[in-house]
Amino acid sequence: MAISLVHYLGLAAILFTIGVAGIVLNHKNIIVIMMSIELILLAVTINLAAFSCQTGDLTGQVFALFVLTVAAAESAIGLAILVAFYRNRGSIAVEDINALKG
Amino acid sequence: MYQLIVFLPLIGFLIAGLAGEGIGARACEIVTTSLLAVSAALSWIAFFSIGAGHDQEALIVPVANWLTSGKLAVAWSLRVDALTAVMLVVVGTVSFLVHLYSIGYMAEDPGRPRFFAFLSLFTFAMLTLVTADNLVQMFFGWEGVGLASYLLIGFWYERPSANAAAIKAFVVNRVGDFGFALGLFLVFRLTGSVGFEQIFAAAPGLAGKTIHIWGGDHDALTLACLLLFMGAMGKSAQFLLHTWLPDAMEGPTPVSALIHAATMVTAGVFMVARLSPLFELSPTALGVVTVVGATTAFFAATVGLVQNDIKRVIAYSTCSQLGYMFVGLGVGGYSLGIFHLFTHAFFKALLFLAAGSVIQAMHHEQDMRAMGGLRKQIPFTFWMMMIGTLALTGVGLPFTSIGFAGYVSKDAIVEAAYASHGIGSTFAFVCVVLAAGLTSFYSWRLVFMTFFGQRGDWAGSLPAPAHGAGAHGHGHGDDRPAQESPPVMLIPLAALALGATVAGVAFRSWFVGAGYEGFWKHALYLAPDNKLLEQMESVPWLVSLAPTLMMLGGLLVALYMYVVDRSAPKILADSAPRLYRFLLNKWYFDELYDFLFVRPAFRLGRLLWKGGDGFLIDGFGPDGISARVLDVTRGAVRLQSGYIYHYAFAMLIGVAIFATWYLFGGIR
Repeated sequence: MAISLVHYLGLAAILFTIGVAGIVLNHKNIIVIMMSIELILLAVTINLAAFSCQTGDLTGQVFALFVLTVAAAESAIGLAILVAFYRNRGSIAVEDINALKG
Repeated sequence: MYQLIVFLPLIGFLIAGLAGEGIGARACEIVTTSLLAVSAALSWIAFFSIGAGHDQEALIVPVANWLTSGKLAVAWSLRVDALTAVMLVVVGTVSFLVHLYSIGYMAEDPGRPRFFAFLSLFTFAMLTLVTADNLVQMFFGWEGVGLASYLLIGFWYERPSANAAAIKAFVVNRVGDFGFALGLFLVFRLTGSVGFEQIFAAAPGLAGKTIHIWGGDHDALTLACLLLFMGAMGKSAQFLLHTWLPDAMEGPTPVSALIHAATMVTAGVFMVARLSPLFELSPTALGVVTVVGATTAFFAATVGLVQNDIKRVIAYSTCSQLGYMFVGLGVGGYSLGIFHLFTHAFFKALLFLAAGSVIQAMHHEQDMRAMGGLRKQIPFTFWMMMIGTLALTGVGLPFTSIGFAGYVSKDAIVEAAYASHGIGSTFAFVCVVLAAGLTSFYSWRLVFMTFFGQRGDWAGSLPAPAHGAGAHGHGHGDDRPAQESPPVMLIPLAALALGATVAGVAFRSWFVGAGYEGFWKHALYLAPDNKLLEQMESVPWLVSLAPTLMMLGGLLVALYMYVVDRSAPKILADSAPRLYRFLLNKWYFDELYDFLFVRPAFRLGRLLWKGGDGFLIDGFGPDGISARVLDVTRGAVRLQSGYIYHYAFAMLIGVAIFATWYLFGGIR
């Protein structure tokens, strides 16, 4: 059975859903949220790569590389913020983070 | 001089009212009482100089311009003619004596500065009323005395019953004053003026004029008179608007004597007499005055028969005597009504002040059933009360005009009611003759229960809770021996007793006899065909004798029931329990009004409160809108939880909605 575009898209959709579910359902740890964001980005990257192969247009794969780069930078900044936040508040539990509340 | 009579009490009020706390109670008493003494002395001078002196008809003393608006011009000015002079004497004298008496009666009360200030305020308002030269100024005085009456009935404001009585008096008087105000407007509409001179000059031209109202044409003059009389009914506690007067006895006794016996309640009588040029032109209005007066005279006397509170008996007696005055006015004998007003002021103030002395002696016990045998203990008060009773019941030599004050004036009214051919005069004659007998009975009942027999004779008929332990057989209350009051209270009694004895004989000729023309000049208007005073002289001998016979009958029945056979009252009450309860509950007027007016008013109020204010205004009005805004924001605030995953979820939902919309929108 050849792996077709539908499989790639299916995998990307599953990853995306897991990522979203991780953000919405996770009430424990903020690092899990960052990991979920990574998953969502990966789903997008897979989509880009899959469509690039399908259409024979390299632009998609170039974009996928860009996304990986941006994701790495974003993770680094996010983790840095997290460390700073932990130093300030002494906790990274999601329940404790509600300073946006009106 | 006339300005002094009117404004000295005002000065007294201002001093006692504004500086009362600063200068102390004793100074307030001295200031207000001495100012009133000057005012009363000047009143007597005015009385004699107007009545016996120069031939001026009416003295107009301008004070100031009040207001001018278009055609309406109202001036402050004092109109002093014979009618005003009579009222000045009554108000000044009784007010001075009551001030003096209050120094003794209120000696232990901490609120004395306030009390004396209010008394002086009342006197000022009453003097403004009787010296008014126009209807608006009269209305000012009218409302002023109403205010003072309210303040003094509720003087002991920590008693709920006193507050209720004060409010009741105020509200019932509003009903009458509403009529007065409408009458005032109508008179202005008809004559274009509120001054008495102009109204009286225009009055003859108004006869037969009609006014269109409520889909029909009515005689304008009759309507105006009836509306004005409605005001008089409220102020003078006439039948249907009488309910406030007995309750007003919650006030201190000197107040009852001054306001609710001698002066304020006679303002209605004064007003009708003052407006005699209007009333004389409307036989219908006079008929109404007669019938209402006669009904009141009879009704109040029947209720007085069974009351047990010493002040209430006298209050109903006042109500009844006011009815006599209105009968006198209604049959066309204005001077008769005023004459009875004049004599009544003396003997009724005397009775009230003597009752106050009894209450003081009994250590603030007002129930006659707890009294008895006081004759020996307080002999001076007893004799004063006797003189008052003799004057009220009308003791005198038949076929002459020699007798106590009440005899002279009351018998004149009875004769006039017989001689008159006005509407309702026969009914009035029957009523006042019967009421004369009832008056005699309740007056002597009061004297016998209070002063004769032994203390505690009537205690058996006291209601159970008041009876206390009951076994010791002394009745309830205080068993300390009764004490005579101090001289400062007894001197006013003696002065009033003098008035109650001789006022009738001394002034008869001026008021209703040969000196009529010379005294009244044209203060009272009589239609050319009103020959009542001459007709009165030729009534049958039995009519002249009737009040005296009724008086003796009442005396004998009271003597039998309350001195000879003391079980008679109870047997009589038990044999006709329904009638007894009917009278004891004052013909159920309070209950009837409660059912007809008070409770519907409460229901309406509750409807407007719950339905109008609570539901409509607070639900949908400005308050409702602000409440809804608050509700919405409270919901919005709850949405902002601050948790990141909530926001993420909301975004997701949003994305889902957009996506769905695009998808299905795309298909369509």
